[in-house]
Amino acid sequence: MMIYLLCLILFCIGLYGVLRKRNIVKIIVGLGIIEYSMNLFFVLLGYRTHGRSPIEARTENVLNMVDPLPQAVVLTSIVISLAVTALVISIAIRIYEYYGTFDITKIKRLKG
Amino acid sequence: MNSINVVPLFVIIPLFSAFFISIVGKFVKRNAVYALSVIPCILLSFFSFNALRLLQSAPGHMLLYKIGGWAPPFGICMAVDAFGVFMLVVVNLVALFICIYSTGYMEKYTDMPKFFTLFFLMLTGMNGLIVTGDLFNLFVFLEIASVASYALVAFGTEAEELEAAFKYAIMGSVASCFIFLGIAFLYGFTSTLNMADMARVLATSHSVFIIPFVSALFIMGFGLKAALVPFHAWLPDAHPSAPASISAMLSGVLIKTLGVYALARIFFNVLGITATHLAVFRFLGAISLVIGVVLALSQWDLKRLLAYHSISQIGYVVLGIGIGTPLGIFGGLFHLLNHSVFKSLLFLNSGAIDYSVGTRDLKHMSGLKEKMPITAGTNMIASMSIAGIPPFNGFFSKLIIIFACVQAGYFGYCLIAIVGSILTLASFMKVQRYAFLGELRQACQNVKEAPFVMKFSMIALAVICVLGGFLLLPSLRPFINNAVDVLIEGAKYSAIILGETAK
Repeated sequence: MMIYLLCLILFCIGLYGVLRKRNIVKIIVGLGIIEYSMNLFFVLLGYRTHGRSPIEARTENVLNMVDPLPQAVVLTSIVISLAVTALVISIAIRIYEYYGTFDITKIKRLKG
Repeated sequence: MNSINVVPLFVIIPLFSAFFISIVGKFVKRNAVYALSVIPCILLSFFSFNALRLLQSAPGHMLLYKIGGWAPPFGICMAVDAFGVFMLVVVNLVALFICIYSTGYMEKYTDMPKFFTLFFLMLTGMNGLIVTGDLFNLFVFLEIASVASYALVAFGTEAEELEAAFKYAIMGSVASCFIFLGIAFLYGFTSTLNMADMARVLATSHSVFIIPFVSALFIMGFGLKAALVPFHAWLPDAHPSAPASISAMLSGVLIKTLGVYALARIFFNVLGITATHLAVFRFLGAISLVIGVVLALSQWDLKRLLAYHSISQIGYVVLGIGIGTPLGIFGGLFHLLNHSVFKSLLFLNSGAIDYSVGTRDLKHMSGLKEKMPITAGTNMIASMSIAGIPPFNGFFSKLIIIFACVQAGYFGYCLIAIVGSILTLASFMKVQRYAFLGELRQACQNVKEAPFVMKFSMIALAVICVLGGFLLLPSLRPFINNAVDVLIEGAKYSAIILGETAK
């Protein structure tokens, strides 16, 4: 149970970073932390006490089995977060070229 | 034709053309790039109408494709039912006209092949999200479409566009995280990712906590993708900043596929809709409807005004679906179709003005009717459609939503829908007054009408606007009615998929 709580705390730290930080690099780091906590949570779901191996071995009593599906899913999810992070960082670099600052409160030409 | 399964083609064609164009785009002429991008769109539209025809004779009114031959729930399946095919027709038809328009409009941008690569990736994401029957695949396609749209918003790489894209990317990614968390909880509870199998497990389980918690996560996540009001902050920045053809794509189909379609599919067919969910949908729809249109009234930037109207019109769609009666859902889906047509058309008009006059500010344009008669004419049709003036298509769908409100006894929501419609009319009269009527400005004397391909797309969409009302005829009505039945009989979805594949 403890480990799921730690997952939640990690998620909250990430959310704090996205919502409260003014530096856009720190916002991107916050987004990364949120994504890590999600992936961690999904991998943890693969561990079941008294679990049995998937599909084909209904009758056998296999011990120490971990559900492999969340791992496959999380790999895909990590690749997606990589794509998002790469895109956001490249946007941040171009923003710095135009505005000369990473401060989100000074980057506000759009309004209304 | 029966030997080839049509379902996976909706993902294969755009995905292949996306990377094919990016590879060969450097070595061929511009016209070849145009041809390479328009042909896949024509194919996709053809196949979506073909799927509509095949669906009539398909067993259980469902086209199924089992990836690798593995039967669900063990393998991944793709399933197209009447609701899916309705969305496929809307998305691919609008995408075809926008693609034709882009070949003219994008001339002033430098890197054509990259633009079409991103365009087709976005289309892959949307088509994939519609055809998939697997919850994690849905998430992957949602992210493909989202990442492509973040990049497309920043395509012009000016300061404002980058700022909007950054805001959109951060908010969109956080929303995706909420959706992913919801999927994780559902997987932990049901031990399956197949949507049909998940619906079966959820229907037999008796947990009090899992459904409300997951519903909250999904409403947050998909609500942000659909730009419902508490989650709408990114839309008025992101949609105007993109190139006009992409604004049309984002406002016309992206927010509907990623937001409304995914929301309706998951809530009606997987989680099982309850009265509380419907009440939340109605409430979110109604406040989006009012706040969107009120904020739109004070805008002077043409594209920003249209973006606020997207929020308001999405409110109508969600309100219609939230009423929950067959008539209400019919109105919601019909309005979804109509809105994707006339909002795309309005954005294409704004692009044509931007292309010819070089401004988006309503104060700097006047009397364009003389110089750009086709843009003015099609814009008049689209404005009257969105404001709900008979006999255009927007009138019928709004009327149905209002009737459904009265029929179900929600008189407050009915009043809100009428007031929203009147305010929409007011704000589009402002557009007509400032942009097209009045004296021609000195600076606009040398304005020319947009090129032929752009005119062609605008006229085609305007014709659909005028003829849209005919979908209510009894012979054409099953197109939407069957989609409504899929949502009303939510539990049948899993029964059909599991029943068909067990054979």
